Amino acid sequence: MRVTSPGFKANAGRALTDPQLQKALKRLKGGFQVARLKAAEQLPEFEALRDQAREIKDFTLAHLDFYLELFEERVGFAGGKVHWAANASAAREIVLDICREAGAKKILKGKSMVTEEIGLNDHLEAHGLQVIETDLGEYIIQLRKEPPSHIIAPAIHVSKDQVSEDFRKHHTDLEPKRPLEEPRELLDEARQILREHFLTADVGITGANFLVAASGSSVIVTNEGNGDLTQTLAKTHIVVASIEKVVPTMEDCATLLRVLSRSATGQELSVYTTFSTGPRRAGDPDGPVDYHVVLLDNGRTQLLGNEFREVLRCIRCGSCMNSCPVYGAVGGHAYGWVYPGPIGAVLTPALVGVEKAWHLPSASSFCGKCEEVCPVRIPLPKLMRHWRERAFEAGKAPATQRFGLKIWSLFARRPGLYRLATRLASRLLRMLGRKRGSLSKLPLAGGWTSERDLPVPPGPTFSDLYHRRKS
Amino acid sequence: MPTKPEVGLFVTCLIDFFRPSAAFAAVQLLQDAGCSVTVPKAQTCCGQPAFNSGDSGDARAVARTVLKTFAPFQYVVVPSASCAGMIRHFPELFKDTEHAETAVSLAARTHELTGFLVDVLGVTSVRADFPHAAAYHDSCSALREMGIRDQPRQLLRSVTGLQLCELSDAETCCGFGGTFCVKYPEISGKMAAAKTRDITESGANTLVGPDMGCLLNMAGRLSRENSHIQVRHIAEVLAGQTAAPPIAGPETE
Repeated sequence: MRVTSPGFKANAGRALTDPQLQKALKRLKGGFQVARLKAAEQLPEFEALRDQAREIKDFTLAHLDFYLELFEERVGFAGGKVHWAANASAAREIVLDICREAGAKKILKGKSMVTEEIGLNDHLEAHGLQVIETDLGEYIIQLRKEPPSHIIAPAIHVSKDQVSEDFRKHHTDLEPKRPLEEPRELLDEARQILREHFLTADVGITGANFLVAASGSSVIVTNEGNGDLTQTLAKTHIVVASIEKVVPTMEDCATLLRVLSRSATGQELSVYTTFSTGPRRAGDPDGPVDYHVVLLDNGRTQLLGNEFREVLRCIRCGSCMNSCPVYGAVGGHAYGWVYPGPIGAVLTPALVGVEKAWHLPSASSFCGKCEEVCPVRIPLPKLMRHWRERAFEAGKAPATQRFGLKIWSLFARRPGLYRLATRLASRLLRMLGRKRGSLSKLPLAGGWTSERDLPVPPGPTFSDLYHRRKS
Repeated sequence: MPTKPEVGLFVTCLIDFFRPSAAFAAVQLLQDAGCSVTVPKAQTCCGQPAFNSGDSGDARAVARTVLKTFAPFQYVVVPSASCAGMIRHFPELFKDTEHAETAVSLAARTHELTGFLVDVLGVTSVRADFPHAAAYHDSCSALREMGIRDQPRQLLRSVTGLQLCELSDAETCCGFGGTFCVKYPEISGKMAAAKTRDITESGANTLVGPDMGCLLNMAGRLSRENSHIQVRHIAEVLAGQTAAPPIAGPETE
């Protein structure tokens, strides 16, 4: 996927003036945010569970090598195979090889952010395979050739009418005059189309919400059941998951499941929580014949050893973006890559480089709502600040900002000089606008005055008034 | 008789420059509550603009002034949750330096004004008149960094004649965010517009808050929208010092 994060400002500008998108984003507030709050209120031990969830992830990260190898061993016991992928291209090749060996033509996919991260669909299609997304939101954006704009609601930016239009354009075998306005009609049509694909798929690819080391199981949560059909009907099931998805035991997984859906959609549990342990066994009525897990690093072991380690606790619930006022203003596409919102602002610089993605951690008011709702208590604002440090060291901050900071620091560390400078600045501002009390324009202050008036001090600085009064 | 709490008032750069009346009000509130208040002359800024811009070097250089100036006081009180919150970050900023210990000790003695009055001094009411419908703005640093939510409301309810209004989405950022508001003005403006809409719909004719940055942002936006709503720092209303024109308001005759 092309990285448009360097153009964040322009992306955001377009998003802010897109009436359809703005209408769609309004739904976030009343939907996910309210639902999460309600679910949290109904569970007295929710805050304690968040602490436990954080501890489970921290413990696992501290022993990640051990639990990954245990997972590999247990997958083997169950008759499956683990593949290690150091980076995106290695992961793509592994998946392509498995598909080729299976003689596959049609690949079905459950919803997976990590396959977006490695650009899997494009790669498989470039090698002649047909790839079909089966999560309704993912299916819609696949038709529209768009990236997801939210990690759990990928088509949140698309309106019902647009979906109707897309379906008419692509489902050309169906009666052109069919009624297709109501959500129920759209859903039924998608189901009808996807059923055919499920029955004729050669390979099913899913992500994983968790990997359980003790049993060698991969776990997915879905609300549509598409994940189950994807992974049980095809002959081959490939799980693509990043290494931090592993947890030691089923009990740990259960604890994390209790905070995951509540934080994401406000559900106690998703409609489907599906555990896959190896391929079909003798006597099983269904299930794949081959079961593979591709474990992706893609820079994560780097994070394990630096100041961004805590981001690896993320369980991809999306609550940080649901509650983020910046995400709420510009939507997911403005962030310019796979992961939007506060988690994207921390992950993207790690995965595509701070040179390209420095805007993302910079474009935050540090309001702290993301940290407040994060089920595993990732200090997202602090981690964004660490990226700002890296960007500053790399000289990425705009020259005006660097220059401004230098000037400010020059005065702010010298109280005497500072008093003199503020005395003069105050006098100047009052000359310009004391009567009205504010200025609507001021040279060099366009960033402020483009959106709001600049209040003018009503008199001399406090320091001047107070110390004059005292003496 | 117990000795008076010794308070060093950190005025903050924005109040010093834009809102002297808020600092005078803070001095009075602290004195009324029985504190001995000192306003050290050698104070400028807490260092937050550099800290949040990733410029730790300049942040430390400026913060060192704060450390040196305020280390001797029993308490450091700040009429701004954002700047008090910055001082709470000093242990991180000065980690592994010669100032590490002082930073930890200073952070522990630093309080936001209304939190200090209620939580540390046990103040439950103030003597002030303000016959207006006033909405309180929860600044993000107050709410999420300093744990300030009920304290200012409790004090505001004790003001004679004041009718306290609540904003819908009270816990959502106003779009100030320090340098954020000038780095990404369109996004900040969108957030500010949502906030001024909530303020207008609350029925309040006055907006008060604990943080000057947010207040400048909202007052500036309300002024741009030609709103009649007046904006003041919460200390002014609690101290009954409301003679100054409101923030961004025209000069009174």
